[in-house]
Amino acid sequence: MMDLIAALPVVPLQTLLVIPAIAAVVLALVPAYRIGARLNVIASGLTFLAALTLLVHRPPGDSGGYLFVDDLNIVFVVLGTFVGFTTSSFSASYIGHEIEIGRLTPLHLRFYHGMYQALSFAMNLGLLADNIGLMWVAIELATLTTVLMVGIYRTHDALEAAWKYFILGSVGIALALFGTILVYMAARPVIGEGHDAMVWTALVAHAHAFSPELLNVAFVFLMLGYGTKVGLAPLHAWLPDAHAEGPTPISAVLSGLLLNVALYALLRFKMLLAANPLAVAPGPLMVTLGLISLIFAAFMLYLRRDIKRLFAYSSIEHMGIIAFAFGMGGPLANFAGLLHMTMHSLTKSAIFFAVGQITQVKGTQRIADIRGLTESHPVLGWGLVVGVAAIAGLPPLGIFTSEFLLVTSTFARQPLLALPLVFGMVIAFGALLMRLSGIAFGKPSPSITQTHRISVLPLLVHLALVFAAGLWLPGPLVAWFQNVARMLG
Amino acid sequence: MDRFALDAAHMLAGGMVLVSFMLLYQNRMFGLLNVYALHAVVLSLSVAWQAHVQDAPHLWVTATIAVVLKAIVIPVALRRMVIRLGVHRTIETVGGIGPTMLMGIGLVALSMVVMLHAAADADPIAREDLALALSVILLGLLMMVTRHNAVSQIVGFMSLENGLILAATGARGMPLVVEISIAFSVLVAFIVIGVFLFRIRERFDSVDTQAIDDYRGGRE
Repeated sequence: MMDLIAALPVVPLQTLLVIPAIAAVVLALVPAYRIGARLNVIASGLTFLAALTLLVHRPPGDSGGYLFVDDLNIVFVVLGTFVGFTTSSFSASYIGHEIEIGRLTPLHLRFYHGMYQALSFAMNLGLLADNIGLMWVAIELATLTTVLMVGIYRTHDALEAAWKYFILGSVGIALALFGTILVYMAARPVIGEGHDAMVWTALVAHAHAFSPELLNVAFVFLMLGYGTKVGLAPLHAWLPDAHAEGPTPISAVLSGLLLNVALYALLRFKMLLAANPLAVAPGPLMVTLGLISLIFAAFMLYLRRDIKRLFAYSSIEHMGIIAFAFGMGGPLANFAGLLHMTMHSLTKSAIFFAVGQITQVKGTQRIADIRGLTESHPVLGWGLVVGVAAIAGLPPLGIFTSEFLLVTSTFARQPLLALPLVFGMVIAFGALLMRLSGIAFGKPSPSITQTHRISVLPLLVHLALVFAAGLWLPGPLVAWFQNVARMLG
Repeated sequence: MDRFALDAAHMLAGGMVLVSFMLLYQNRMFGLLNVYALHAVVLSLSVAWQAHVQDAPHLWVTATIAVVLKAIVIPVALRRMVIRLGVHRTIETVGGIGPTMLMGIGLVALSMVVMLHAAADADPIAREDLALALSVILLGLLMMVTRHNAVSQIVGFMSLENGLILAATGARGMPLVVEISIAFSVLVAFIVIGVFLFRIRERFDSVDTQAIDDYRGGRE
């Protein structure tokens, strides 16, 4: 098997970029939306397969210092392409319904599918980039494609959301570029002028000799810039709107993928700072922003009246927990952070798969108008119940494991920090269960459509994975995560 | 010669900060676009000077892009858009001009303190360029938060990008990849924004983002 992959003419590293790039062009040209939707699934599936080959055979980075793979980015790439694949299959049934009710036209869908693959290309490029400038370009590209998709319904609210997302995202990305330039400035006296001083592998090898003051200032800008894209409070304002007003598959991709890519960029620079003994420790800043996001979002959950906004705030809450975990650092907290990120991606996209179909059958996003789902649509209703139970952190599901690990390790090291962490989790838990009881149980509210064909496979696959991870984590996965957790320091 | 090179670079970068202040108090749309064009011209002069001093031919490309695209094409296009949309009326700033200018001065002082201290080891031309570039970036941000109008927010954002290019060119030997990508991103951003302006017009009959904000009745 390994020999076979190694003998392929194109190494998997490039196929991860080539497949979505070609698919983006082809899908933009295919007029029939049904074929487009299928091709989208096939292209995403192939990208996922290409990502899986990285697990067994690791190709060397290209000689130019543009792309590379290590244990850290493989985790993100495999997770990202998997969620991209399942979301594309959910999207195929979702958009069929949108076409039927006339919210989208086939022309919109050509654009939508092309952008979906362009986004996949940009995210893979961002994750595999060895050059911090290239990484920045890729994340900017990912932002632009999602802005266009969020605005696709062209309603007042969708345009407002897209505009807000675009302006805040651009400012964030601009600050991140300034941070990137400062990192180059810090590297130049040590590594020398030119391309090499932007290559991440070279940067981290020489980081000990960089000017600590420049690195500190750079990290503040990078934290603000990429932190905006992670959705950390108080830089989160774009996130609920973008989730609520765009097509639901895009909400799933935003929560499941894009936030992770931005987080990945932050982790890379955190590792860079950690390699310099004189630079300020990035941990406390991440812990602070993480806690603010967690507690703020937990309280905001009580005020939401729109089901997609509710889960968008839940994403802010979980990104806060993840930032907290990586900010704490150390093998155990990093492990918990990685696991939490994986579980959150799977669970949150599963929830959005359910929510997308719920809003379609009920014809509304208002929580008050959605009642008694377990009675009227048992599969969707119970799927949502399990998903929300998972995201709220109930045992035996996967998120419970990671939250438990994080809380216990924090209590052991910094009991005072564990208190606000637990406080935020409990507040959020209450809000989610309170909302869930109304949505899932009681007398069902009327549905606007009876003929809706429900696609449950992506939802069930994700929930099954989350459930299995809560009971038992495979040995190789644990070993892999432990290794990455050590890398992260 | 060396001393002169340094002084000229500082003068041009300082000129950009000055023009950024001029952007802050423009209360007419055409005035705003004209001053933005001036901002781009000063940027291209500064980049061209860096190209000459650093003997870096690729920076000439950046300078040319700045002058053609940002000083001519974009302002002309925005001007036509403003005329067609009929929004060339007075644009108000939030909180008035005086406090905004004071805040701007505060931000410049802040960036000087931060950058001159942080980049103490870097060579002087890069150090002061970075400090001035950060001032331009922060002034662009300030402009974006003090304006409601979509067109002036765009101008604020583009002046911010100019600051980024100033920083990138000041960093000696920074790879071309990045500069081209910045120029490209401005183009893409412009297209995107253009599309949005059209759609906003189509839907709202106004490019005042306050009008969009006002719409949000009954949601949340």
